[in-house]
Amino acid sequence: MHVMARDLIYLRTATVFTYFLRRVILMLPVAFGVSVICFMLVQIAPGDPLTAIMPVDATADEQAAMRAIYGLDKPLPVQYAIWIGNLFQGDMGKSIATGRPVADEVFGAVQNSLLLAFSAAVIAFPIGIFLGFLAGYFRDTLLDRAVTAISIAGVSVPNYWLGIVLVIIFSVNLGWLPSMGAGPGGSQDWAWDWLHMRHLVLPAVTLAVVPIGIVARTVRALAGDLLTQDFVTALYAKGMSRGDVLRHVARNAAATALSVMGLQLGYLLGGSILIETVFNWPGSGFLLSNAIFQRDLPLLQGTILVLALFFVAMNLIVDVAQAAIDPRIKRS
Amino acid sequence: MALIETHGLEDPISEAGKGYWSGVGSRLIRDPVTMICLGVILLLILSAVFAPYLGLADPYTGSMIKRLAPIGTEGHILGTDEQGRDMLARLIYGGRLTLFIGLMPVVLAFFIGGALGIVAGYLGGWVNTVIMRTVDVFFAFPSVLLAIAISGALGAGILNSLVSLTIVFIPPITRVAEAVTSGVRSLDYIDAARASGANALTVIRVHVIGNVLSPIFVYATSLTSVCMILAAGLSFLGIGVRPPEPEWGLMLNTLRSAIYINPWLSALPGLMIFITSLCLNLLSDGVRSAMNVKD
Repeated sequence: MHVMARDLIYLRTATVFTYFLRRVILMLPVAFGVSVICFMLVQIAPGDPLTAIMPVDATADEQAAMRAIYGLDKPLPVQYAIWIGNLFQGDMGKSIATGRPVADEVFGAVQNSLLLAFSAAVIAFPIGIFLGFLAGYFRDTLLDRAVTAISIAGVSVPNYWLGIVLVIIFSVNLGWLPSMGAGPGGSQDWAWDWLHMRHLVLPAVTLAVVPIGIVARTVRALAGDLLTQDFVTALYAKGMSRGDVLRHVARNAAATALSVMGLQLGYLLGGSILIETVFNWPGSGFLLSNAIFQRDLPLLQGTILVLALFFVAMNLIVDVAQAAIDPRIKRS
Repeated sequence: MALIETHGLEDPISEAGKGYWSGVGSRLIRDPVTMICLGVILLLILSAVFAPYLGLADPYTGSMIKRLAPIGTEGHILGTDEQGRDMLARLIYGGRLTLFIGLMPVVLAFFIGGALGIVAGYLGGWVNTVIMRTVDVFFAFPSVLLAIAISGALGAGILNSLVSLTIVFIPPITRVAEAVTSGVRSLDYIDAARASGANALTVIRVHVIGNVLSPIFVYATSLTSVCMILAAGLSFLGIGVRPPEPEWGLMLNTLRSAIYINPWLSALPGLMIFITSLCLNLLSDGVRSAMNVKD
């Protein structure tokens, strides 16, 4: 018996691993496509990329020389190949505005965005699960309707506006929390103390509202469906206590709930752009809006690429985690 | 004959007699929340369209001495903005651009994405592979990020916002259209139509479209609220509508400087976005349940 159980676990890990490999291989063309789109962003931008770096009175010869230096005289596929080659060596070009390497700028900012996104997730997921479960368990009651109203409001609210409203209430009227930046006096070094963390409260709460709505809605539907299934009735009939039955329900709901939450975490990273602008949070979104206004295309390109690849990786992790939890997925 | 036995089936028969769409219509009318939301949306659209005939102040000319007048000021019921322009007029005129850029991309994406998805789903094979794998790539971007990336690269402007938002919403609609169409494609009556010698275009036009359009449509309506929020968000970031045009997202942005002087006034344009997107969401939920389309 003991040996058999161990063999089963071994088999299971092996199938999860092959599933993981298959997903990685399927992900490669997507990652390639993402890089093509990011490359094309610079191509669709109006105007000559040289105008930003060339003096106005440059002669045609000088322009041609500059074009050759940047490889802009070569056909597009060759330019792409050069760009992607540099990318693999960690070279994402230089920011036109600051002259610093794009990679340095982006990774610093992405850390701050991740901090904000994870904080929002920590707030949103437990609340969303709790509300959704309550609504699903007490279906068609006043409580259910209240939760449904909250979740519809949550997915409908423009969160950049909600951020402004929270600033009006908690910063302007009450003066409890700061409305800008990631720390006192500039925002360079993050620390886990109240002086810094109070800057995180408003943006994280604002960012959490949409996922609360989505997670609550998902969990409500899941709980509602599962609770009416035959196995639940059978477990109760067997004399199992309510707590134990709910544990069975939770295990059944886990895989789907997890995948929704994983996706939401990815969206939080991309969706924080507007919130970072509202709160001047020094993350990737803030970097991105600066890049847009200074027409700093290499920086724009690099930030989008890193964020999109994060999102692709997140999807991969979610898929594999889901397969590890729910054995039914690998078979399909 | 069995046909005569209608005991207890009066309702379905009478509903069937009225046809599917009138059944949907009567279910919608009995749903107060959906009807209120429909009313609000229609009111917003009508007031935006007929704004010049409502006797409002000029939304473009302000007065430097009447800047940021509070809500309830004589002559300016909703106050004035940072350039002394009447807020009520700007909010109503603002509905024109906001609703246009908020709804148009979904309409365009419905036609383009719907067509791509139906073709991919019906033809299958390499056509399907090319279309659907391209769509997969766009799914690698969160929608906000993709919209900002394209708009940011193209620069501000109404047309650029329309283009970038349409690109954002084509992939999800294509995916749904493809799924629904490939489900329909394997049904017997399609085989029968093909066996009778009809070519692909005829089969799609006569037999497929009628059966896939309503689920695609319902899905598209569920995207309108997100599209509104995104469109206004682009303007809020400064990469959508250009000043001095009245547009809710842009107004929210320019009024941010006033939150310490006249806080609630500066939140008004965002409230309009919220109300519109809330009504769009509830309306789409109502239509979905009236049409009995499952998630």
